[in-house]
Amino acid sequence: MAIEPVRSNPIDSRPWTFYVLGALFFAFLAFLYGPMFVIYVLSFQGPEGGVTFPMVGVSLEWFRDIARKGQMANIPPAFGRSMALAALVSMLTVFMSVAGAMAFRRRFPGAGLIFYVVIASLVMPSLLVGFGIGLSFQFLGLQPSLFTSALGAQLTWTLPFGLLAMFAVINRFNRAWEEAATDLGATPFQRLRYVTLPILLPGILGVAISAFTLSYDEYARTTLTIGSHNTLPLEIYALISSATSPTLFAIGTLTTLVSLGLIVLAVTFVWQMDRQRHARRGNEVEAPGDA
Amino acid sequence: MATMRASDDSGSAMMRHDETAVVTARARPGNGRRTGSTRVWLVSWAQVGPLALVLLLMFVLPAFLFVVVSFFDYDRIGVYPAFMLENYREVLTSSATLRVYLSSFKFAAIVWAITLLLGFNIAYFLIFHVRSATLRTVFFILCALPFFTSAIIRTIAWIPFLGRNGAFNQFIMGTGLTSQPLDFLLFSDFSVVVAYVHLYTLLMIGPIANSLSKIDKSVIEAAWDAGASRWQIMSNVVIPLSKTGIALGSVLVTTQVMGDFFVVRQMSGGQSASIVSALSNEIQSMQYPPAAANAVLLVIIVALMVACMMRIVDVRKELLK
Repeated sequence: MAIEPVRSNPIDSRPWTFYVLGALFFAFLAFLYGPMFVIYVLSFQGPEGGVTFPMVGVSLEWFRDIARKGQMANIPPAFGRSMALAALVSMLTVFMSVAGAMAFRRRFPGAGLIFYVVIASLVMPSLLVGFGIGLSFQFLGLQPSLFTSALGAQLTWTLPFGLLAMFAVINRFNRAWEEAATDLGATPFQRLRYVTLPILLPGILGVAISAFTLSYDEYARTTLTIGSHNTLPLEIYALISSATSPTLFAIGTLTTLVSLGLIVLAVTFVWQMDRQRHARRGNEVEAPGDA
Repeated sequence: MATMRASDDSGSAMMRHDETAVVTARARPGNGRRTGSTRVWLVSWAQVGPLALVLLLMFVLPAFLFVVVSFFDYDRIGVYPAFMLENYREVLTSSATLRVYLSSFKFAAIVWAITLLLGFNIAYFLIFHVRSATLRTVFFILCALPFFTSAIIRTIAWIPFLGRNGAFNQFIMGTGLTSQPLDFLLFSDFSVVVAYVHLYTLLMIGPIANSLSKIDKSVIEAAWDAGASRWQIMSNVVIPLSKTGIALGSVLVTTQVMGDFFVVRQMSGGQSASIVSALSNEIQSMQYPPAAANAVLLVIIVALMVACMMRIVDVRKELLK
């Protein structure tokens, strides 16, 4: 039996699979962004152009079309409603899922049951959740509306998401920080306020942004629970069948910009915070958050 | 590792005063039962209460209601309390039900296989091959960004891309590969699968990457030093250790496909229906009891699928580890 040459470590070397998987990854990114890029480009279609290539000039015609009275009249107020609802959903999701994830760090009676309800809520076909809520409101004689039934329907989607995300965040959290705080005499509240929450903040912000965009883009749960005033995705949905102009693409470009803007804002914020923390750590040696 | 931490906890907790013991017990798993005080439970319940209450009111009770309504009688004017199995008999014996379920299972299976293959390999690349933490974060954000934009927009984005005169056909005709535009690209099973994969691959990447990142690199080195080949490391170490992520991703992707009501309707060009889009037609025509019976059937099937996948791994234990 020949003595094998010293084998390079699988983690330190660059085997052929690295190049194959790298190529796959970039092909996936092209697949992910390619078609979306097409609609972003087409939204700047010239006034004479249609919904496919070639571009007949370049214009902002279709963006102007959104603000114009007529077919698009419902878009601006629907956008406002979507933003308001998403902000509320985001706040409630952060509050409830952070608190909930804290609870799940210990055993408590009912934890298993609540966990399975959360999973069920996550995997339940979206439209059925809305159907159930719509039926309930009808049986109780209540009018479905933005901040009652639609809010509830969206929370059944964002809460499980937020809770599972917080589990992942808390898993990476080193409990030694909390123990150190307790050993130094911090009360439970001080420990939460000055140690736990600041360390978890990037994750919490991630949950907030996720919940916001999940709500902002949600349609299947909302459609049967919204009542008479549509949110933006429902307006877009209604437009798909009737509108055959690049206006739809222009709306797509705008809503994407809103989502992206939020994410950029969040990433910048986390990055800034990280830098500040590092700067502070450089100057003085003390427990985190001991300000 | 988990047992080590637990024993460490019990040692340090015992050394403290009673009051501190309660406080530290709250911060740690596994201690609540031993210190056993109702006060600790009350804190837990208070923390999880708002979430549980919302899910009770907006998920559990409404779901219970449509189970009840599925037994009700109805006509063109209204819905009448009753206990009849007629709605179920109709749903279960109609050939439309069978057809739409078979079509959904088909899509779920195809999309599951593709997203698993793609998702696992991409997650593996990001965790094991990309060495710079910054670059990895950037790549992750690139994968996740589209998920934060409207699913409707992402679905219809394929129409100008795949259509007869779409960007893809123009491109391949430009290269001279074909002289005729390819018709099967849009409003076909193909375009439905493409849209699903586009929408849901991230749901696979996320959980699998989370599992992979928890694998201790020294375990892989140990396997390598013991003479395992790359494939052996993959099949005996990496895949078994990432099964939580695989299971969770599979649950998310297949349930999304089974519960879809937009993609099939939009991308198949009316050629096939999904379970939920058929159901939403019944809701629109106010036929609530048969719609509810349909919903109950779908929920049972989805629950069985999830239960099967959860049997493979204890997702709860793994997530909270």
